[in-house]
Amino acid sequence: MITRSPTHVPAVNAPGTGVIYSWDTSIGVDGPGTRFVVFTSGCSLRCVFCDNPESWHRSGGHTVTVTEVMTELARYERFIAVAGGGLTVTGGEALSQPDFVAELMHAAHERGIHTALDTSGYLGDDASDDLLHDVDLVLLDIKSWDPETYHRVTKRELAPTLRFARRLADLGRPTWLRFVLVPGWTDEPANVDGVAAFAASLGNIERVDVLPFHRMALGKYRALGITYPTADVEPPSPELIQRVQDQFRSHGLVTY
Amino acid sequence: MTAERLSDPLQATASIGSAPQSDPWRGFTGQRWRDIIDVRDFIQDNYTPYTGGADFLRDATARTRSLWSRLTAMFPRERELGVYDIDVTTPSRITSHPPGYIDREDEIIVGLQTDAPLKRAMFPNGGWRVVEASLAAYGREPDPKIREIFTTYRKTHNDGVFDAYTPRVKAARHSHLITGLPDAYGRGRIIGDYRRVALYGVARLVAAKHAERTALDDAPISEDLIRDREELAEQIRALGDLVEMAAGYGFDVTRPATTATEAVQWLYFAYLAATKDQNGAAMSLGRSSTFLDVYLQRDLTEGTLDEGAAQELVDDLVIKLRIIRFLRSPEYDALFSGDPTWVTESLGGIGEDGRPLVTKTSFRFLQTLYNLGPAPEPNLTIFWSPSLPEPFKRFCAQVSIDSSSIQYENDDLMRPAWGDDTAIACCVSPMRVGKQMQFFGARANLAKTLLYAINGGRDEITGAVVAPGFEPVTGDVLDHDDVVARLLAMMTWLVQTYVEALVTIHYMHDKYAYERLEMALHDYAPQRTLAAGIAGLSVAADSLSAIRDAQVTVIRDESGLVVDYRVDGEYPAYGNHDDRADGIARWLVETFMAKLATQPTYRGAVHTQSVLTITSNVVYGKNTGNTPDGRRAGAPFAPGANPMNGRDRHGIVASALSVASLPFDSAADGISLTSTVTPNGLGHHSEERVAHLVGVLDGYTDAGGFHMNVNVLDRATLVAAMEHPEDYPSLTIRVSGYAVNFVRLTREQQLDVISRTFHGSL
Repeated sequence: MITRSPTHVPAVNAPGTGVIYSWDTSIGVDGPGTRFVVFTSGCSLRCVFCDNPESWHRSGGHTVTVTEVMTELARYERFIAVAGGGLTVTGGEALSQPDFVAELMHAAHERGIHTALDTSGYLGDDASDDLLHDVDLVLLDIKSWDPETYHRVTKRELAPTLRFARRLADLGRPTWLRFVLVPGWTDEPANVDGVAAFAASLGNIERVDVLPFHRMALGKYRALGITYPTADVEPPSPELIQRVQDQFRSHGLVTY
Repeated sequence: MTAERLSDPLQATASIGSAPQSDPWRGFTGQRWRDIIDVRDFIQDNYTPYTGGADFLRDATARTRSLWSRLTAMFPRERELGVYDIDVTTPSRITSHPPGYIDREDEIIVGLQTDAPLKRAMFPNGGWRVVEASLAAYGREPDPKIREIFTTYRKTHNDGVFDAYTPRVKAARHSHLITGLPDAYGRGRIIGDYRRVALYGVARLVAAKHAERTALDDAPISEDLIRDREELAEQIRALGDLVEMAAGYGFDVTRPATTATEAVQWLYFAYLAATKDQNGAAMSLGRSSTFLDVYLQRDLTEGTLDEGAAQELVDDLVIKLRIIRFLRSPEYDALFSGDPTWVTESLGGIGEDGRPLVTKTSFRFLQTLYNLGPAPEPNLTIFWSPSLPEPFKRFCAQVSIDSSSIQYENDDLMRPAWGDDTAIACCVSPMRVGKQMQFFGARANLAKTLLYAINGGRDEITGAVVAPGFEPVTGDVLDHDDVVARLLAMMTWLVQTYVEALVTIHYMHDKYAYERLEMALHDYAPQRTLAAGIAGLSVAADSLSAIRDAQVTVIRDESGLVVDYRVDGEYPAYGNHDDRADGIARWLVETFMAKLATQPTYRGAVHTQSVLTITSNVVYGKNTGNTPDGRRAGAPFAPGANPMNGRDRHGIVASALSVASLPFDSAADGISLTSTVTPNGLGHHSEERVAHLVGVLDGYTDAGGFHMNVNVLDRATLVAAMEHPEDYPSLTIRVSGYAVNFVRLTREQQLDVISRTFHGSL
């Protein structure tokens, strides 16, 4: 059982450990089928629409060992085997703890469990080829194409994510691209088109999920006492969602 | 009923029975079912499993749509007034009312409970007070003559029960420790094998009943034997009434059905007669679709029917099942909201020989939810197994996603226990059709029992002593072992009181409100269960978890009564697939069952229990004070075996696996889980959602989960429906064990549903 540890979270992971803030079971939203989802703590991006502000700081999580996570996952292994699904590591930014994620993915793979890594790609340089070898599916979140828009939305640069995306393509890793559609922030036609054209050029993008922005995280921001930059943004209209999906489709991408 | 039949039921045989017009069994194979009454054997010998997809299904015909729209036009008035109309002069009997029609020209399958659609009848045998209260709720007065009969000359079930109740039963009932007892309404949860009428015709069934009765002629006399002989006589008389009722519509049901249309009509007449004979809380249909498929398939093969007409027959039957109505009291509605009748029909499943019991007619029944729109009744129940044909599984999942109208029960748990001709009565109660019945026992409030244990038998709301002879806890911080010891003692008192009530109720029900027709469609001496139930399982489990793993300090009022609790620290909650809490829930279920099994019974019934609340979780919560898990006084319990709302924090799968870990052996009358998931919580597109829901149902069933209601809904939809009910007349949701029109729930219950965990949102 993973329990909250009262001890202080160290600045650096001890071997065989990581810092997570939660685990969950989900269906159909974190990769195919029923997923056992591990949320790591710590993220260097500050996306204006972030769903999980509680995941930004490493100090907000608790230390667990790979063995502990695998023990918990084992309790869902049968269900996942029958229902179809696997393990998804997300965050926070999962690649802020590359050793932990690599060990976890490897351990799951050893047991024949499908693995998915959900990442912004910003720290992709830190992911070893070995780690990526143990990942069956990458859920790559490209937040924008226009570098200025990307910076405005995430407070970080775009280039590392594109570099990582090309590397995944070179390694032939199956990848689902995720694009969060935030009216007034990411919906410029040229911005969408840029992501779509780039994704289509890679050759390893199996599908694109256009994720409509929603404000369900509002309560979390209030509870944490931090400003939610997109608190007043209305979710995208069905027409806008359709337009953006069609933009991806026009590049030959399977899009939902 | 004629005077002759009254004076000698044996004469009923002579008055019925005529030669069939064409060989009703042409083309059927097998022998055993010809020699004895055995519908299962007939199905096994003659049905055609279907492993294909839904492409063959047809839309509703113009006739079907027109007939259905006549009724839907009447629903707004019924919703507004609570009832469309009531017959206040003629108590219901099988033959009480002249034939009724929706539109005689346009109906394929005929028969109504009274002489007009949606007109409700009185059933005074259950209890006259309830009839009067029900009428008063709608501003109606009964015919004075009927009142005189049932207050002066004729005693009712309700009168009998209260003549015999002990003071402790009355006290436990009054304080809401035990609630929903069928002591003033029909117990229901009995399924007549309505298929028998179609397959054999009534004449053959009467002959079989005579044989059963004759076999008792030389048995030594005893009270049990006298009762059995009287009941058999009543059964035979009821079958005669069925013949008379059908004759009124111009049909001779003494002979077997010769066509699919007749098979549907005969089966419906049998069911209809049951609903005129008895106002049971749940009047379930059984397992009809695969039986009817044999007839539909034969007519399709003979070329006398095409697929459109086959669907039309099923649609017409379902229209009839959707307008079954009973007159019920406001108290009943508070417990079981939305006017449910539990016309439960069990679909699918796997046979003992491994062949799926899925037929095209299983699909046709589900198709009615498209052809006629979503609806709570009939309560379509899928017997799920991972080994069902994949196209059927996908169609079921699609129907769930589109309508939120169907429920699932674990065929792999039921088949080994009761065989492959089992059907669900009400919500989750499995029984062999025609061979098994239950004495329905509503439920005891486990959370309140825990409070009584802490307060030494005093009620936490009134302060009255309900369970005498117990001492309250001393000290301020609750000690886990001390509380458990007190709880065990209180449970012992409770089960004794509870079973005492149940035995009394069913003795009187048999005496004053016997289900003559439903039992006529059972074998003699069916297996009986005495089905108790528990409510508040998750509150009780979480409370014990809090007492053990957090620190719970009691807060007393000036009289020393513990009225509130302070919880310091965290505790593991039931519903997170965490054995520390789930283990407590399992222990509670096992312990309560073990204590039940030590109690006396009635007519040899086997004790069972269910973990099911229907919508009564709101009322149970209202009548329960603050609890040691931090729940506030009056707040609703979670429904059925669900974790408390919002405390299941690890998603639908973790929550479902906690419920699946409850031991079916100790709750063989069913364990109910209601899950709500948003469309996006199942996947990004339709095909994916279907595949994922199939996966979840496979995984849950494989893990030993017994029952799952699936709602695929956005919270926003429910909020909108609450504010603008007129825009959502057919919005159907699954609650614990049945479906309701959301707009027919009380506002309190709507808010409860909206506050439940929606998996998939943040």
